[in-house]
Amino acid sequence: MTRTMLTGNAAAAWGARLAEVDYVPSFPITPQTEILETLAGWSQLGEIPARVVMMDSEHSMLAAAATAAATGVRVFTATSSQGFLYGFEMLYAIAGLRLPLVLVNVSRALAHPITLEPDHNDVLSARDTGFLQFHAETSQEVLDSILMAYRLAEHEKILLPAIVNLDGFYLSFTREAVEVPEPEETKNFLPAFRPAYPLLSNREPVAMGAAVLDPSLYSYFKHQMHNAAENVLTIYPKIAGEFAETFGRRHGIIEEFMLDDADYVIVMTNSFASMGKAEIKRLRQKGKKIGLARLRMIRPFPHEELQRVLRGRKGVAVVDQNISVGKGGILFGEIASALYPLADRPPVLLSFIGGLGGRRFRPGEFDGMLASMENPTESAAETARPHLLFTGEECRQVGRFFAIARGSDNTAHGSTRSPRAA
Amino acid sequence: MSTAPTIDYEKIKGVHKIPLEELYTSGHRTCQGCESATTMRGFIKAAGSRTVVTGATGCMYVANTSYLTTPWIVPWMHTQLGAGGSSAVGMAAGLRALKRKGKIKDEKINVINFSGDLGAGDMGIGGISAALQSNYDLLIIMYDNESAANTDIQATGLSTYGAQTTFTPPGTKHPIMQRRWKKNVAGMLAVGHPTCRYVATACATYPPTDYLNKVRKALEIGGPTFIHTYDPCPKGWDYHPRYSNELGELGIKCGIYPLYEIVDGNIIYTYDARKTGKGRIPVKEFLTKQGRFDHLLPEHFTYIQKMVDEMWDEWQMPGVAPIKGILKARI
Repeated sequence: MTRTMLTGNAAAAWGARLAEVDYVPSFPITPQTEILETLAGWSQLGEIPARVVMMDSEHSMLAAAATAAATGVRVFTATSSQGFLYGFEMLYAIAGLRLPLVLVNVSRALAHPITLEPDHNDVLSARDTGFLQFHAETSQEVLDSILMAYRLAEHEKILLPAIVNLDGFYLSFTREAVEVPEPEETKNFLPAFRPAYPLLSNREPVAMGAAVLDPSLYSYFKHQMHNAAENVLTIYPKIAGEFAETFGRRHGIIEEFMLDDADYVIVMTNSFASMGKAEIKRLRQKGKKIGLARLRMIRPFPHEELQRVLRGRKGVAVVDQNISVGKGGILFGEIASALYPLADRPPVLLSFIGGLGGRRFRPGEFDGMLASMENPTESAAETARPHLLFTGEECRQVGRFFAIARGSDNTAHGSTRSPRAA
Repeated sequence: MSTAPTIDYEKIKGVHKIPLEELYTSGHRTCQGCESATTMRGFIKAAGSRTVVTGATGCMYVANTSYLTTPWIVPWMHTQLGAGGSSAVGMAAGLRALKRKGKIKDEKINVINFSGDLGAGDMGIGGISAALQSNYDLLIIMYDNESAANTDIQATGLSTYGAQTTFTPPGTKHPIMQRRWKKNVAGMLAVGHPTCRYVATACATYPPTDYLNKVRKALEIGGPTFIHTYDPCPKGWDYHPRYSNELGELGIKCGIYPLYEIVDGNIIYTYDARKTGKGRIPVKEFLTKQGRFDHLLPEHFTYIQKMVDEMWDEWQMPGVAPIKGILKARI
C-alpha cells in the first residue's frame, strides 16, 4: 500500500486502474476530464491494459460502454453535468440490460444559468434509472467506492451498473492523502470479471434488449431490477467487511458523525459534508447535542439504515444540495418517506436547500438550522416546504450585480455610460 | 481517376450460388413485401454465422425482435435510435479486448450494425461518423425506407422530395410539405472519412447478388465500412406489396438512387444507365407507381427530374458528391 496525495479525479483514475478495466470510452467535460486524461496517459505508456477511446458524445460513449459490457469485458467511464444528461437515454438502457459497468460522475450544476461548481441535480436525475449510486466525500472514498462498486455491480444477485459520485472542484481538484492499494491485494478483493450469463461474445445466438410488449412482462422485469437493487442492502455489509479485512478501511452505508448521543441530526452527502462536520464540531464545543449523518448510498435507498440512525431523535434537518424546482430537496422527500412508518420518528423534520452551484455555507447557518429544530415555530404547511439558504448580504451582492448589468451602478465603478451617450 | 484495385473476396456469382443457410429466419412480424426484411436476411447470409449484430431502434427492431420472438440466429443486441455507430464501436472493442486477453478464440468476428434512415442518417450520423474514423472492423448498414416507418411513416432527412408522410401531408395551402432534397448520406460519409476504405449504396434485390457481394466486400476489406440500402416500403410508399423488387429496380434505373461503391477512394458504378445504351428512364415512371406522390403537380415532377439530371450530368462525381467544378477566385 502506498500513501500519496491525490485529487478526487486522480483517485477515480486509480480506482479504474486497480479494477483492471478493459475498456474506457471517453468524452471530455469539465470537471471530469482529468480522470479520462489520466487513464489515457497510462494506456499510452502501457501502464494499464485498458483501451481509452475517444468518442463523439456522451451518448455514444455510453452506447459503446453498453455493447462492450455486453461482450463480457469490464468497462469504466466518467462524465459530468451536461454530459451526464446528454447520455441520459443510455443510462436506462444499460441498467435495463443489466450491464454491470461503473460510471463516475463528477457533479456540476446544470445549465441554465451555466456554471462550473457543483450540486447534485445531475447525478440525482439518474436516481430512477436502475444505476446504483455511491456518493463520496473524500478522494480515498472515491477510489474505494469504485472497487466496491464493481464487486456489487457484477454480483450475480445484483447485476446492475453503478455510479460513483464526487463533487466537481471541491473534491475533483482537491489533493488529499490517499492510500493506494497494491494491485495484488486488489485482485484478492476484486477478481477478474466473470459474467454470470451468456453474453454476446458467445457463438450461440443470444438476443439482448428485445421489445417486451406485454405489460405484465415489463412490470416483471422492472420488479426484478428493483429486487436486485435491494439485494445490495444485504450484500453490501458483507462486501464492505471483506474490503475492511483486505484494506483496513470500513465504509458504511451511512457515515455517522458525532451521532451517539445526538438529539439533533443534520443529513448531508458528498464533500460539503466536510464543511458540515466542522460546524457540528463547533456546535458541540458550545454544548449542543448535534451530529451529522452522511448518506453514502443513495441507490438503493437505505430505508432501514436511515430508520436505525434517525429514530428517536428530536429533530432532523436534511440539507439537499439540489433542487427539484417546485418541490424542494430531492433527498428530503425520500428521507421523510423512510421515517414516516416509525412510531418514534423525529417530531421535527426540516428541509434546507444549500450548496446550489457550489454556494458555500455562511456563518450562522448551521446555528439557524439547529435553532429551527429546537424551537419549531412554523405551521405544518410551512414545515413541509424547503428553506432556501440565502443571506441578506448575498441579496445585496446580487443587487449590486444587477445594478452593474443595468449600467446604473454609480457607486463602485462610476458611471458605465459613455460620456457621448450621456 | 485511377481504377480500383482488385480485391480478393469470394464473390457470389449468380442467384443459385447464394448461401442456403438462413440466419435471419421466421420469428419476425414485418409487413408483407417488406424490402428491409430482405436487406436483413441478405446481409447475414452474406456475412455468415460468426457475426454479432446490433440493431438500432426502428421498424427492423420492433417488428423483428420482441420477447419470445427473434429471427436472428446470431448474437443480436438492441441499441438506441441514435447509437448505431457507437454500439458497433463498443462491440468491436469488447471483442478485441477478449481476444487480447485470450478469453475467446482469436478469429474474425464480424460486427454489423443496422440502423434506419432516421437513426443513421439523422439522429445517429455523428456516431456513425465517429465509427468510420475508428480502427475497428465493423460494418454499418443504413436501411433506408425513406421514413420513420416504425412510428407510422414520418418524413426523415432521406425522404424523397415531395413525398407524403404523416408529418408532410399535402394541403391546400402547401401542395407539398417535404421540401428537403434527400440527404446524400453515403456520399457525405465517403467524402468525409478519408481513411474509411469502403462505402457503398445498394438495393437488396437489384441487381441480383449485387448487395450480397457488397456486404462481403465491406467485411473483406475491413476497417469501418458503410452501406446504404434503398428499401421500398409498401406501407410508407403506398403500393401493392408485390412490387417491392420492381420499385427498387425502377429507383435505380431512373437514376434517383445512384448505385455505386467507393473502394479506397475509387468509385465503381455498379449500375450505370449511361452504359446500357438506353439511358435513364424518366423519374416520373418511378414516382407515379407510388401513392405517396399522388398529389405532385407537374412542376414538382419537373423539379425532381431536373435535380436528378443535374446529379448525373453536372456533378464532377456523378451521384456521389454535389461538386460541379472549380471557379477561379477573384482576388
